[in-house]
Amino acid sequence: MSAAPELLQRGPVARFLEGWPLLTLAALLWIGAMVVVAAGADFLAPYSFTALDLRARLTPPVFMGGSWHHPLGSDELGRDVLSRLIMSIRLSLLIAFFGTLLAATFGTAMGFVAAHFRGKIEGLVLMMIDFQASVPFLIVALAVLAFFGNSLVLFVMLMGLNSWERYARIARGLTISANEQGYAAAVRQLGASNLRVYGLHVLPNIASTLIVSMTITFPETILLESGLSFLGLGVQPPLSSLGNMVGYGREYLTSAPWIMLCPAAVIVLSTLSISIVGDWLRDRLDPTLR
Amino acid sequence: MLRYLAGRLLRAILTIFLVITFAFFVLHLSGDPAMMILSADAPPESIKAFRAAWGLDRPLWIQYLAYIVHALAGDLGNSMRDGRPAIDLVLERVPATLAITLPAFALKLCIGIPAGIYAALHRNSLADRLTMMLSVAGFTVPSFVLALVLVLVFSVKLGWLPSAGNDKATSVILPIVTLGLAGAAILARFTRSAMLEVLGQPYIRAASAKGLAWRRVVVQHALPNAAIPTTTIVGFMVGTLIAGAVVVESVFAWPGIGRLLVSAVSNRDLAVVQAILLLVAATMVTANIIVDFIYGWIDPRMRSRGVVGST
Repeated sequence: MSAAPELLQRGPVARFLEGWPLLTLAALLWIGAMVVVAAGADFLAPYSFTALDLRARLTPPVFMGGSWHHPLGSDELGRDVLSRLIMSIRLSLLIAFFGTLLAATFGTAMGFVAAHFRGKIEGLVLMMIDFQASVPFLIVALAVLAFFGNSLVLFVMLMGLNSWERYARIARGLTISANEQGYAAAVRQLGASNLRVYGLHVLPNIASTLIVSMTITFPETILLESGLSFLGLGVQPPLSSLGNMVGYGREYLTSAPWIMLCPAAVIVLSTLSISIVGDWLRDRLDPTLR
Repeated sequence: MLRYLAGRLLRAILTIFLVITFAFFVLHLSGDPAMMILSADAPPESIKAFRAAWGLDRPLWIQYLAYIVHALAGDLGNSMRDGRPAIDLVLERVPATLAITLPAFALKLCIGIPAGIYAALHRNSLADRLTMMLSVAGFTVPSFVLALVLVLVFSVKLGWLPSAGNDKATSVILPIVTLGLAGAAILARFTRSAMLEVLGQPYIRAASAKGLAWRRVVVQHALPNAAIPTTTIVGFMVGTLIAGAVVVESVFAWPGIGRLLVSAVSNRDLAVVQAILLLVAATMVTANIIVDFIYGWIDPRMRSRGVVGST
């Protein structure tokens, strides 16, 4: 960026920024803030997220000429937007977190299975991967949600199904090559069980690639969840997620745009931050993916 | 090559068959449409009559066989809501959807590919950084947020364009722009990395080393090779022409397939959802086959080997 001074003359700050670019720091800071908000949602929310205040309906937020009474304004029922936002951040992050975790676990396991057994079982897994890739997941999710009805547990499981094939593909490829390397064979010769070989030896060796993939699927899951909730088919009221808030904020686009803009900004900043951190992690952990 | 394509076709048919089967069992195991349509406290006789009328009282595997036999004859059942054939309901929505997805597709190609090529050829320039920043935004901004922001700016504040519906000629602009921008960002990123990959290859260095003009190196050596990975993502975009606009259609109240799907899903209209799933799967699979054909055309290596596309 700026003209680099002599290597020896660089101060500690410059050297620090070399490994930790400002953009990455900002992104990490935002993610950290979101985690704190999600963890402390009950203490941070100034009001109950369902509390009505009919005398203070559609009050604008501070930056649009409102009062500090409702810092981010209130909605059509006088519910505090900030409190609802905090609760929505918690739910959206939780869903995305468990969805990603589920996808990574299931996908990696399928990849191991395919790489271990080869032959017909591998063919079956590959067919499932093809199937997953051949239909847009939003469509499948819509169909399943509508017909199974909507519970939070089912919804999270569905989010977990979204991107398992990415992990399965990566885990299979890397495991096949790991099995051909000496260390896996060596441990196996020593009498280690399959579970031990894959869990304690192969997994740590391919973990960095999987973690980088998780930084790709995490924002995807947030987007999928918010998209479905926006359509009214994801998280159901009285629970509230970020997509939900944007969905009903749409109706007040002209009179109270802040109801829609606040959660929309949180979605965008969060997915952006995770992508930035993901790119940075990829460069650090896994040069092969570049 | 011929044998390869025949195998490819067989796999495509198998995939479609799998999709139908999956849809059928998921949808039939997941709830009782009689309860949904008639409401749970309808008199037992009418629920029974409803089940008999729609064949829901028969064993599941008989229903499945009947569905497959009818589907092969082009009959995908009737909508449980208004009794019309599901396939008609779906097909009459196709033109409306294509009216926004086709121009959006053109927009993606016209912006995304040149931007990606330009960014790759001027790596680390201001234009490159700007393109990459915009393309990250394309990944991270959900389409409904982009759509609503566009509505807020161009309909609410400026009053230039209608915010929803399809009654005016200008109604089509905002949905197209929303879909096109997001896709262009993704395509630009893909094209850029494909180009960068190719530009780093030894044959590019060899071509410039033998004194070829840079323009000819790019046009004759870099572009055709970068076209191969780019074709894959373009093919995927062709596959989403039918159902890639679910969210955007629903924001703009556009009467296409996407909105039909959302309403059929909330009404639990089995036959319509199945018909849409089938149509979507067929489009995706056809797009994949076309991509494989194009591979054979643009990549001479594939004609002899015929092993592309398999992951």
